[in-house]
Amino acid sequence: MDPAHRFRTTASSAARREAAAFWLFRAATYLVVGCGAAVFLTIFLRGAGTVLQKEPPFINTAFFTEAPETLYVFDFEGAHRQMGFREYQVFKAAHPNATLSPETYIYSAGGIFPAIVGTVLLVVGSMTIALFLGVSAAIYLNEYARDGKFIRFVRLSIMNLAGVPSIVFGLFGASMFVVGFKVFGVQFFGWNTSLLAGWFTLAFMVLPVIITASEESLKAVPKGFREGSLALGATQWQTIRKNVLPYALPGILTSSILGIARVAGETAPIMFTAAYVVRDKLPWQVEKLSEFVFQGVMALPYHIYVVSSKIPQNEYTARVQYGTAFVFLLLVAVIAAASIILRNRLRNRYKW
Amino acid sequence: MSPPPLPKVSAPTAPAPEVAATSAVPGAGREILIDIDRVDFCYGTNQTLHGVSLQLEANKVTAFIGPSGCGKSTLLRCLNRMNDLIDGARVTAGAIRIHGVDIHRPDVDVIELRKRVGMVFQKSNPFPKSIYENITYGLRLQGKQDKTRLDEIVERSLRGAALWDEVKDRLHASGLGLSGGQQQRLCIARAIAVEPEIILMDEPCSALDPIATTKVEELIHELRTKYTIVIVTHNMQQAARCSDRTAFFYLGRLVEYADTRTIFMNPANPQTEAYVSGRFG
Repeated sequence: MDPAHRFRTTASSAARREAAAFWLFRAATYLVVGCGAAVFLTIFLRGAGTVLQKEPPFINTAFFTEAPETLYVFDFEGAHRQMGFREYQVFKAAHPNATLSPETYIYSAGGIFPAIVGTVLLVVGSMTIALFLGVSAAIYLNEYARDGKFIRFVRLSIMNLAGVPSIVFGLFGASMFVVGFKVFGVQFFGWNTSLLAGWFTLAFMVLPVIITASEESLKAVPKGFREGSLALGATQWQTIRKNVLPYALPGILTSSILGIARVAGETAPIMFTAAYVVRDKLPWQVEKLSEFVFQGVMALPYHIYVVSSKIPQNEYTARVQYGTAFVFLLLVAVIAAASIILRNRLRNRYKW
Repeated sequence: MSPPPLPKVSAPTAPAPEVAATSAVPGAGREILIDIDRVDFCYGTNQTLHGVSLQLEANKVTAFIGPSGCGKSTLLRCLNRMNDLIDGARVTAGAIRIHGVDIHRPDVDVIELRKRVGMVFQKSNPFPKSIYENITYGLRLQGKQDKTRLDEIVERSLRGAALWDEVKDRLHASGLGLSGGQQQRLCIARAIAVEPEIILMDEPCSALDPIATTKVEELIHELRTKYTIVIVTHNMQQAARCSDRTAFFYLGRLVEYADTRTIFMNPANPQTEAYVSGRFG
């Protein structure tokens, strides 16, 4: 047995409390990881059943390339059959004498291709608008504006905008862009349910995130770059364009990745402004190119909402729900990965 | 900032204006390039320069010395209006004339002014671009694109900054790969590439080791044949080594302005004497 020494541990109450605090924090952290794992594993395991298949090519291509269809489920000659609407029509024609009494499940067959396309279009368009407006505003606030009451009010407004619930943005977009308004008989906006209305609504929603993060990135560019450039006789805009913005860009892109996930995932702002429950035509099947931005689209989050909420739960629809959720997460991951790669490239090019 | 106790020196207040004024009168026949005339300067409500008057001669090195917070950097940054960047900072009285033109007049093009009055900063700030791009930055802003002409200027500027032999093989490597002293000389090369008349240096050697400092000081010595140089320094030996005239500031006032030799060997004002002999500051 060791002789008693000066630093021997004692079961003091401080030590017990220390241990309790440590385990509390550790447990909280693990719980968070557990929650995340539970969500992702559920979607992954259940979604994989829809997205993957046992036979080559191992991926359910129809789910990615076709539009949603109504699923027909019926018994025929002792066998349990399920097929999409078009296949059912063919089947019925081939067996004119059979009495089929199918159960139908709306949107439970086919795929989600139009929704994937719609979500990509919504993300790209709204992020373009949000980045342009957001970065411009951040440049003004950080580089040009002198601190004063008005600028403080502007910043407060931006913070408030960040706290507005997304459904409110949806209502705002619906009344502002979809319906529009008339001033002295001149119609403003009134774009109906359209990509354009959705783009602006989503862009306004992520603006606060983009502005705040862009400002932080601009602040991170050393003051010496600006002073050095100005001292050589550069105008402020030349300085910003050549010697500030390039170095802030990686940071701005990092923040916009968060914006992408939000834009892609929000249901409320698009349900009144841009999203259709179902649309057979694909976005590029418009008569005139000028109508492209004035058409509504299907979107993944709204599709999940539609199939999950409007139909009594059953095994056939659940497949689509989890499959869509799976594809949705995948898509966000792909878009985010693309921006991360772009950011890393920029970062390597502009290092200091 | 409270002034430190000063043994054997009169109270640390400003000298009578006439003392400063008379000592600021330069010898006859010298060309006055920068005329600083009774300048008051404020950061918001905090006045940092009080009636500073001095006249700087062309093709001379003038050193501004004085303890921290005495206003020497502020005055330097007035000369190319870098203080415009600071909220609430402004010249509240007096005028600074370069070639007789008040540079704070509203019709003065500050961009043109800064092309003529270059600046080298305390912390070397090469842009995270290649050495070549660093030098040509100011020229490209002016729309100069001709490759052979740019090559020529790059070589001339780097030679002028005594950096050519060290970097001629890696002009397209990043300017950040250079040592601290080389970076500072790169900044000087960048400043002289746009062919200014005046070069302002704000403690250019404060972050450099003694060897790099020696090189920059030698460079300053050579540059005076072509440029008018104003250097702010904390290092009195540096002022003694490389300047022709020295101005001593204390608490936002000009205490004494004379030939460097006079300031260090035979100062007229007891405060100057106390400072240059290291008794305070």
